[in-house]
Amino acid sequence: MKYADEFRDKEIALGLAKAIRAETHPEKPYRFMEFCGGHTHAISRYGLEDMLPKNVRMIHGPGCPVCVLPAGRIDMAIRLAERPDIILCVYGDLMRVPGSQGASLLKAKARGADIRMVYSTIDAVRIAEENPEREVVFFAIGFETTTPPTAVMIRLAEKKQLGNFSVFCNHVLTPPAMQNILESPDIRNIGRVEIDGFVGPAHVSTIIGTAPYEFFAEEFGKPVVISGFEPLDMMQAILMLVRQVNEHRHEVENQYRRAVTRDGNLRAKEEVSDIFELRDQFEWRGLGQVPYSGLKLKRAYAKYDAEIRFDMNELLVDDNPACECGAILRGVKKPVDCKLFGTVCTPETPMGSCMVSSEGACAAHWTYGRFRDYQQRRAS
Amino acid sequence: MKAYQRKLDIKNGCVDLSHGSGGRAMAQLISGLFHEAFGNEWLARGNDQSAFEVGAGRMVMTTDGYVVSPLFFPGGNIGSLAVHGTVNDIAMAGAKPLYLSASFIIEEGFRFADLKMIAESMGQAARDAGVYIITGDTKVVERGKADGLFISTAGVGVVPDGLDLSAENARVGDRVLISGTLGDHGVAIMSRRQNLAFETEVISDSASLNDLVARMVEAGGRGIRLMRDPTRGGLAATLNEIAQQSDLGFRLQEEAIPVKPGVAAACELLGLDPLHVANEGKLVAIVAPEVANTVLAAMRAHPLGRDAADIGEAVADDHHFVQMATSFGGGRIVDWLSGEQLPRIC
Repeated sequence: MKYADEFRDKEIALGLAKAIRAETHPEKPYRFMEFCGGHTHAISRYGLEDMLPKNVRMIHGPGCPVCVLPAGRIDMAIRLAERPDIILCVYGDLMRVPGSQGASLLKAKARGADIRMVYSTIDAVRIAEENPEREVVFFAIGFETTTPPTAVMIRLAEKKQLGNFSVFCNHVLTPPAMQNILESPDIRNIGRVEIDGFVGPAHVSTIIGTAPYEFFAEEFGKPVVISGFEPLDMMQAILMLVRQVNEHRHEVENQYRRAVTRDGNLRAKEEVSDIFELRDQFEWRGLGQVPYSGLKLKRAYAKYDAEIRFDMNELLVDDNPACECGAILRGVKKPVDCKLFGTVCTPETPMGSCMVSSEGACAAHWTYGRFRDYQQRRAS
Repeated sequence: MKAYQRKLDIKNGCVDLSHGSGGRAMAQLISGLFHEAFGNEWLARGNDQSAFEVGAGRMVMTTDGYVVSPLFFPGGNIGSLAVHGTVNDIAMAGAKPLYLSASFIIEEGFRFADLKMIAESMGQAARDAGVYIITGDTKVVERGKADGLFISTAGVGVVPDGLDLSAENARVGDRVLISGTLGDHGVAIMSRRQNLAFETEVISDSASLNDLVARMVEAGGRGIRLMRDPTRGGLAATLNEIAQQSDLGFRLQEEAIPVKPGVAAACELLGLDPLHVANEGKLVAIVAPEVANTVLAAMRAHPLGRDAADIGEAVADDHHFVQMATSFGGGRIVDWLSGEQLPRIC
């Protein structure tokens, strides 16, 4: 497959693995956090862990939009979808995200709520056109990558003068979350983990560019390497991070030059800033309230804002106290450190959000990597 | 005097509630459309059941419901699928399929022309596989109570003497053979889904595998431990099932697993793993290592096994993991599909 196989070449991978092994100092730990779920998935899917020296540890960050969505927002959506006049349009991976007390959109749908899985924002607009007597709400979720499509959809609804269409906005921003991981005081006594560098987002950076990370690298003295989602991208980015650490540099470097520029996608950024504005704070599962990390619709677009249109009340729900998703999302614990992992919490019956999406740290480890736990136990 | 009856207007007509009422209209639909398409001596006798001789040996029986959406897809339709799927379930026991039943649940308003096309595909698929559809049933439900057409088929077959293929038979050291490229059916269906439509040249692999199986049994005999057709849940589900039932694990080589470029590209786009995508004309065989090459050669000599490959081996593993060496160089688990990848694939 062109444009994919080139970035999955075994020979080049072995060369990069060799270079990483040669350039790392055996006695020194290299702890890198890959922010994005896409990176987490690639590490597990291609078995990258087997190709890295033991002292290079990848810490899975909170960059999976499904995983960080708090249970309260799911409950809000369920409550909305239970209204008979509403059609709720969602992306498929949201269906099984646990709300409070085992509730999920999938269960609400089975009980009769009209919840439809869509593959694109355009589908939601089409459903609104086809059902003029119903209210159609799109459950908008995601980082900077998926925000422009939501903006385009609102423009489209405006152009078509759709009076029955609105958006339940859950868009969040990457840089404030990265900052939060490093600077916030311990949340729920979770503690902090030492991080020597970041593998920066791929798709998010195609929109926002590399510039927003410059302050971060400078302020916290941590190297950031923007990396693509293909396994060779990851290997190269890890090598670049190793070099920065060895040379005591903390710069923003761009491994994903074929898609990312310093300034990003100006047109997309413009669309987003026309329609959205910052929330004072937004709750992230695992991180708690993070200042200026979420988006809402501007007042001029209030009629498309489902939270205003349907007078939705903010619901705050505590996670299962035994669930370690919070610590896992912050990189403090590994999936196997959680008592629920693989016992009551599996991809079929997720208790915590990290087990829901295939990009979540727990689901990725369970689906692709759990055989290593037994290997390690046997070895020790 | 024989009552006058208007002929079925196949071109413009459609099924209405009277076609399921037990009256003359139903009789006309059955004789004019289904008997015509399936044409055999058993149906011609017009009984509510069909009698057939039971030969020597063990019989196998299976049943399956078909609810695929859309009804027509590249490479087949619900009719051919309803024959292939049931024939294959019989063939996986190493058996020779003999007779099928077919039951139709039709939504009122369904076009005769489509029903005829579907019935003819079933008839053709049955003739190709050397089986007969010897009994059936027709029900019509109100508009909105079924999505066009559901078909259910059951089948019986006979197992050659001395052969006992079963999921608990795999042994450590056995080889894993597959008969060809993975994921063709699932991708062909997805490419025609209303909210997902994309252009691809991939066509469904829907086909009857009984002839291929007969050649494999000739070549491998008792060295063949078991066979499965990896339908819903794909190769991943099939091997995980076998691992549990046989109390062992598998180790696969990703590089050895054939996947068409069009299927790989579609899966990439949709975020799917070809190992989870459904097949309707492929089989997995677990065979003793000493007959693996002979069986593989027999598969490759058959038109439905041209791309057959040896993709790995059974290993001792208390955890029943299906592990795979990725073509990138690392290792990973090939797990069950969790949740629903795509409803109504067959």
